Amino acid sequence: MNIHDYKDLYVLIEHEQGILHDASIELLGEAKRLKEDRPGLQYQVVAVILGTASQAMLHELGQRGADEILYLKNEALNTFSTERHTQVLYEAIVERKPDIFLIPATVLGRDLAPRLAARCDTGLTADATKLAFDPDHEDSSLLLVTRPAFGGNLFGTIINEDKRPQMTTIRPGVMDKWPKQEEHRCTITEKAVSLDHIPHEVHILEVLEKDHMAVDIAKAEIIISGGRGVGNGFHVLRTCAEMLGAEVAGSRAAVDEGRIDKAYQVGQTGKTVKPKVYIACGISGAVQHLAGMEKSDYIIAINKDPNAPIFQSANIGLVGDALEILPLLTEEIRNYRERPS
Amino acid sequence: MNIIVLLKQVPDTTEMKVDKEKGTLIRAGVPTITNPDDLAGFEAALRIKDAQGAKITCVTMGPPQAENMLRELYAMGADECVLISDGKFGGADTWATSNTLGAYLATLDYDLIIAGRQAIDGDTAQVGPQVAEKLSLPQITYVEEIRSINKEKIQVKKALENRYEIIEAKMPCLITTLGSIAKPRYMHVREIQKAFDKEIPVITNEHLKLLPEDIGLKGSPTKVKRTFTKEVHKNSDVLTLDPRAAAKKILDVLLDNQYIGK
Repeated sequence: MNIHDYKDLYVLIEHEQGILHDASIELLGEAKRLKEDRPGLQYQVVAVILGTASQAMLHELGQRGADEILYLKNEALNTFSTERHTQVLYEAIVERKPDIFLIPATVLGRDLAPRLAARCDTGLTADATKLAFDPDHEDSSLLLVTRPAFGGNLFGTIINEDKRPQMTTIRPGVMDKWPKQEEHRCTITEKAVSLDHIPHEVHILEVLEKDHMAVDIAKAEIIISGGRGVGNGFHVLRTCAEMLGAEVAGSRAAVDEGRIDKAYQVGQTGKTVKPKVYIACGISGAVQHLAGMEKSDYIIAINKDPNAPIFQSANIGLVGDALEILPLLTEEIRNYRERPS
Repeated sequence: MNIIVLLKQVPDTTEMKVDKEKGTLIRAGVPTITNPDDLAGFEAALRIKDAQGAKITCVTMGPPQAENMLRELYAMGADECVLISDGKFGGADTWATSNTLGAYLATLDYDLIIAGRQAIDGDTAQVGPQVAEKLSLPQITYVEEIRSINKEKIQVKKALENRYEIIEAKMPCLITTLGSIAKPRYMHVREIQKAFDKEIPVITNEHLKLLPEDIGLKGSPTKVKRTFTKEVHKNSDVLTLDPRAAAKKILDVLLDNQYIGK
């Protein structure tokens, strides 16, 4: 393998029922930033999409940072299959030799990426939270990939010097999207792919919805989150959240105690959120929790223990009982909204 | 039916302390446990054995002390346990690990391979699928329930972000299990004593004869350039106020920053 034959930044685009996943759009934004950091490489951002895509979807990829779209068309690929997706992408990689290949660390991405990397005999870094080109060598395309490990207690920066592509999955909710550009140039390379030669031994028989009401907390602008300290008082958080227009979330401890569903868990083993405001109630601030919320614009922490580590990550800390303070906050907001003008 | 379960002995990350000066983990005194997702997968295998009979072989790759874990698995109901251990395998990333595991598993008879979804130390979730790739097996990841199984096919429930899928695959295949698939049983008191008398075979590279460029740190395409711990990044005001004043303070912050309007 001559690694100098490999070039450009590729992003796998995940989509479902005609909608592009946010995680993929975030990766396009990150790829675009990497490209602009190192113009000397003259790399292109290539969005790879499998299945069938509408004009609107393709247009949006261009607006969000893609220079080229590699559109591998076959309707059957709208349904994910580990083997078909792996083989189709493997063939594309052999032909086009990408230097960098980014995949969202979704359930789909984390099923597919290890298989694809092994087939390409290259390295794979899992669930990265930060990417940067080697700062010590100006013309290098070596990617420094940072990721948490040991439950968020430790961060490691991982490199893959000798094999290509440099492949990594990236945690959803961490990278920023590229602002939509109306003026952009994007070429579309459309290729009908055949699946006849690929074994198909795994079949989806049925799809069950998890919970129709489940809100994606990663999209919330304000989050009120409860930890062990809230005990069975989540209804207090909900009342306040309703007044504020916020969503309610929880720490791993709260989920483990059955106070709130796992879909609302924030942290290393839950979701990564970055709302405008994060109100942490009765959460001590274990590293594994901080990993999921520290990028929030503004963090308010309420905890009875003045030495709780959460206070070190907060913009403002209040020593006290959240279950006493929140009902008063609900009242204060109501009073403010109903004030005589 | 022959079931192989892949397990890893890991440090209990909830007990982990960090040396903030050096940016490394303090491992001394941290208890080791069987990785939770793996142990749940092992329990799922034991339930198949209870219901319809099966031979369960537990395989781990790790340092010699991983033998303790294997004795516990014997006491829970494993039929055979194998330790893959050799200094030459040390420092392996997931590619090199799956080369090693795959080379050994290829010598066994199996209908189903179960691996935990991910280990709590590395959190990669990559070894299961990469072993499946080395063995050219179909895979199903994130399995929360085994609905039915026979020698020809397996039907499982897979958990995705916002839905479940009922999936059927041809056997042999590999599945990765979530911790929620089954609550592990306790060891049998009577079996604990017996477990200490078991011979645990140790597989080294003498047996597998893999090339240095395919195993261990040397064979790993990914390398750790550096590790560090999180620096505290904000200087917060920590105030002790009465509850009413605290509520007013929060409202002020929300209004001052225009996080809420009318």
